[in-house]
Amino acid sequence: MKLFVTVKQVPDTSGKVSVKPDGTLDRASMQTVINPDDLNAVEAALQLKDACGCKVVAFTMGPPPAEGMLRELMAMGVDEGVLITAREFGGSDTYATSQILAAAIDTYGLEADDIVFSGRQAIDGDTAQVGPQIAEKLHLPQVSYVGAIEKNGDALTVRRLLEDGYMTVKVRTPCLLTCVKELNTPRYMNIREILCAYEKPLTVYDYDALKDHPLIDAETIGLKGSPTNIYKSFTPPPKGAGRILEGSDRSTTDELAGILAAKHLI
Amino acid sequence: MDFNLSREHLLIRKMMAQFTENEVKPIAAETDRTHEYPRETMEKLFDLGVLGINVPREYGGAGADALANAICIEELSKQCASTGDIVAAYALCADPIAAYGTEEQKRKYLPMLTTGHKMGAFALTEPNAGSDASKGQTEAKLEGDHYVLNGSKIFITNGYVAEVFVVFAMTDKSKGTKGISAFIVENTFPGFSVGKHEEKMGLHGSPTAEIVFQDCIVPKENLLGQEGKGFRIAMATLDGGRIGIAAQALGIAEGALQEAIQYTKSRIQFGKPISKFQNTQFTLADMELGCEAGRLLTYQAAVLKSQGRPFTKEAAMAKLFCSEHAMKTTTKALQLFGGYGYTNDYPIERMMRDAKITEIYEGTSEIQRVVISANMGL
Amino acid sequence: MSANYNSTDLGAFHNVWVFCEQRGGVMTSTTFELISEGRRLADELGVELCGVLPGDGVDGLAKELGGYGADKVYVCNSPLLRYYTTDGYAKVLCDLVEAYKPEILLFGASNIGRDLAPRCAARLHTGLCADCTHLDVDLDGYAEFLRKEFRLDTDGMSFTSNLFDASANLKMTRPAFGGHLMATIVCPRFRPAMATVRPGVMKKRTYDAGKAASVEVVHPAFSLAAQDIQTEVLEVVKAAGKLVDLIGADVIVSVGRGISKDVEGGLKLAGELAEELGGVVGASRACVDAGWIGADHQVGQTGKTVRPKVYVALGISGAIQHRAGMQDSECIVAVNKNETAPIFEAADYGIVGDLFHIVPLMIESIRAAKAAK
Repeated sequence: MKLFVTVKQVPDTSGKVSVKPDGTLDRASMQTVINPDDLNAVEAALQLKDACGCKVVAFTMGPPPAEGMLRELMAMGVDEGVLITAREFGGSDTYATSQILAAAIDTYGLEADDIVFSGRQAIDGDTAQVGPQIAEKLHLPQVSYVGAIEKNGDALTVRRLLEDGYMTVKVRTPCLLTCVKELNTPRYMNIREILCAYEKPLTVYDYDALKDHPLIDAETIGLKGSPTNIYKSFTPPPKGAGRILEGSDRSTTDELAGILAAKHLI
Repeated sequence: MDFNLSREHLLIRKMMAQFTENEVKPIAAETDRTHEYPRETMEKLFDLGVLGINVPREYGGAGADALANAICIEELSKQCASTGDIVAAYALCADPIAAYGTEEQKRKYLPMLTTGHKMGAFALTEPNAGSDASKGQTEAKLEGDHYVLNGSKIFITNGYVAEVFVVFAMTDKSKGTKGISAFIVENTFPGFSVGKHEEKMGLHGSPTAEIVFQDCIVPKENLLGQEGKGFRIAMATLDGGRIGIAAQALGIAEGALQEAIQYTKSRIQFGKPISKFQNTQFTLADMELGCEAGRLLTYQAAVLKSQGRPFTKEAAMAKLFCSEHAMKTTTKALQLFGGYGYTNDYPIERMMRDAKITEIYEGTSEIQRVVISANMGL
Repeated sequence: MSANYNSTDLGAFHNVWVFCEQRGGVMTSTTFELISEGRRLADELGVELCGVLPGDGVDGLAKELGGYGADKVYVCNSPLLRYYTTDGYAKVLCDLVEAYKPEILLFGASNIGRDLAPRCAARLHTGLCADCTHLDVDLDGYAEFLRKEFRLDTDGMSFTSNLFDASANLKMTRPAFGGHLMATIVCPRFRPAMATVRPGVMKKRTYDAGKAASVEVVHPAFSLAAQDIQTEVLEVVKAAGKLVDLIGADVIVSVGRGISKDVEGGLKLAGELAEELGGVVGASRACVDAGWIGADHQVGQTGKTVRPKVYVALGISGAIQHRAGMQDSECIVAVNKNETAPIFEAADYGIVGDLFHIVPLMIESIRAAKAAK
């Protein structure tokens, strides 16, 4: 049994974010972090590894600095890393990205008792699409919003979270699970694993490594191949200076309610 | 000369910063208030390999170097000097066993101190023997297959939580410092008891106690090193321990500096943030300078130690400098906070109370100067 | 998908479709919001609005979809569709899309919608835009939206693109980068253009009983066998009560020293206001120290740092220790008797007055605003 995890290095959008004069985000000025939901996916894989002793392989598609993230995951206990990086893959939307990741996982070798763990969504795109789309491309059953996992033989009993409760679902391997923060508390790196992180195997899949895979088609990868395009992007205007609403009666509170309603806050 | 930390050391720092932010910072004020030993934090630090970081891998440790230990203590101390102190003092027990123990002693005690999650302590100081360590009165008499220890030790960090102690006692009163021997003592040995729990000005989370030996039976095989070599073992252990305390004091200063920067940038008086006034800026600049200097001294001592080179003078310099800087920085930082700094709304008053002891324990600043001058050929 | 299904043959795709999500025979309210929105888009395009309703014995739900604007509802009943499974619902939906070729396909961005939509988009080889907060066909309408909602200077902007026909494509606007950026996405080369839409964002239309009565219910042929579904639903459980904490809350209503004259009353009002806004109650340190509320409610330097969408500060002076814990909230509303209270410097909107007088009025106003939506 092998456990695959798809991980993304993302800008830290929870902190202060700066905007360039043209309205686009200044990515260069932002710290990068490991996507939080992906850490839950890594932790789920590592917990299974603690129980069964199997191998955990992390896959990421990104520019060369993403290798640093793979080393951090190895410092948590991940055994191997695969960095998928190529100019041709840049600018991919979720459809194109999931094709590439699926091709990479398939190239590495996906067997009947393997499991793919993904985070539910990334904090930059916020789409939650890549996990299910990888599952579709690899013809794997998927369960998303996984809040609990139990392994019994070659089947998994998982809890799919709903807004007001959950479904208990049984799924056989190979399968793909998307993980949410309720699933677990990701572990820290630890000293022993840090000291050997840089010795663990890290493979780079560039364009040549994947170009012959059936899922990789110049027409379906990268910016050109992405079904969706950005038409416009802009930053919501900054918070104006506060203002004190006039009066202290029902008309005042009505005005406030109107403001909140217009902002979709109620 | 490469001043950059290695990739591994950078990851260690990153991990410790995350750990400290999530696990230590939220309970630091409460720990100071309740004086409760942060047991859960210590369990996690055992799991992460931070406690036992320098113990060789084959005995359950992480097998990392002195710089790794210093970085861990530094990061922890930025938010909670008590936590940093416990980790620093632990090493004074694990390190001499690893360095001077027989194979049997190492195989027995190092796993207890690492995978066994047992806390360790170092017991040298006595009521009448502080800086003058050679005047210790605790005696160890050999009687057949065991030693009998009588006496007491005070101000022992981890005193009432540790299960393994490295204890120094006189096996031959006539030989002065050459009559001191080191022993590995478990808190379960008959005749061992914990006395007074010290209530201190600061480091409230660090458990400090008196240890009492009343006809305490210590097996013969628990003699650490040879009879009469105990003083050398103590001094060598303290040399390394000073790097840990330097790191602790450095962390305190760095934490105080960060708090001061944050506060002065948001506190508005006379129409602007007080960080814009030159007096504030100069004060902060001096703090920054001292932190940078202290960091370089501490890391240098750590690297020398891990390279197996002499480091006694450098460790003393680091400890002396960082501890005095910590006291100065926390005092000045509190001044920048004004009245608010004197309240426990902000952590700065705790940092100031915590900083003071770093100028005293593991060799007072005066003793550090003795050590430095002794290494200058004067 | 069959070999000759071609998602790039734009001209072959017509009509606006909405995936109608029912759970246990109850339609989600987002579905009605989507039908309402779909009606608007269908009108702009001059095409039909159809709902797709998979389930087990769900014919009875079709009428209400008509009442909110659907012309037609494709109902697919099967015991295998009783509970949501990715495989079951994706197969039925994708097979129908292949058969009928809608140009737009909308889903509510619920846990289920966000599971189903990407799987379908991948299978259909088309584009999907997640968590949309606004949809536009008409370019002028889109420009108006940018002016009104975001105060952008549309006169200085170009709306044409040399890569695609901006006027003909569905423009899907959504927040990205944790809300720091808004992006309008198009899917120019494939159909259907798919979007998941955030619950509670689109407005429900007025119910039209006449339209409900005349909605066309179709039972299209579809094939679904047990072996098509690779997961097994063992149980569906509704939670007893949802746990919310300060850090995760979207709305926090905090009390301060201003409630001192009637602590119990003040806390009760805050709780009512919080419930009305869908949030939780927080407190300043003064309240915690005075023993009026537990320490886990404390916001501020020695409490928790929070960043909710809405932070309402009631009777809180706004000393620096409190502000440090909440100043990055998206929308800060302050109520305080003292107009010079520092909290007003941090707040987006302030009301000067006695909170015991103001908060009941706020609750009334908010209730009224919600009902109007």
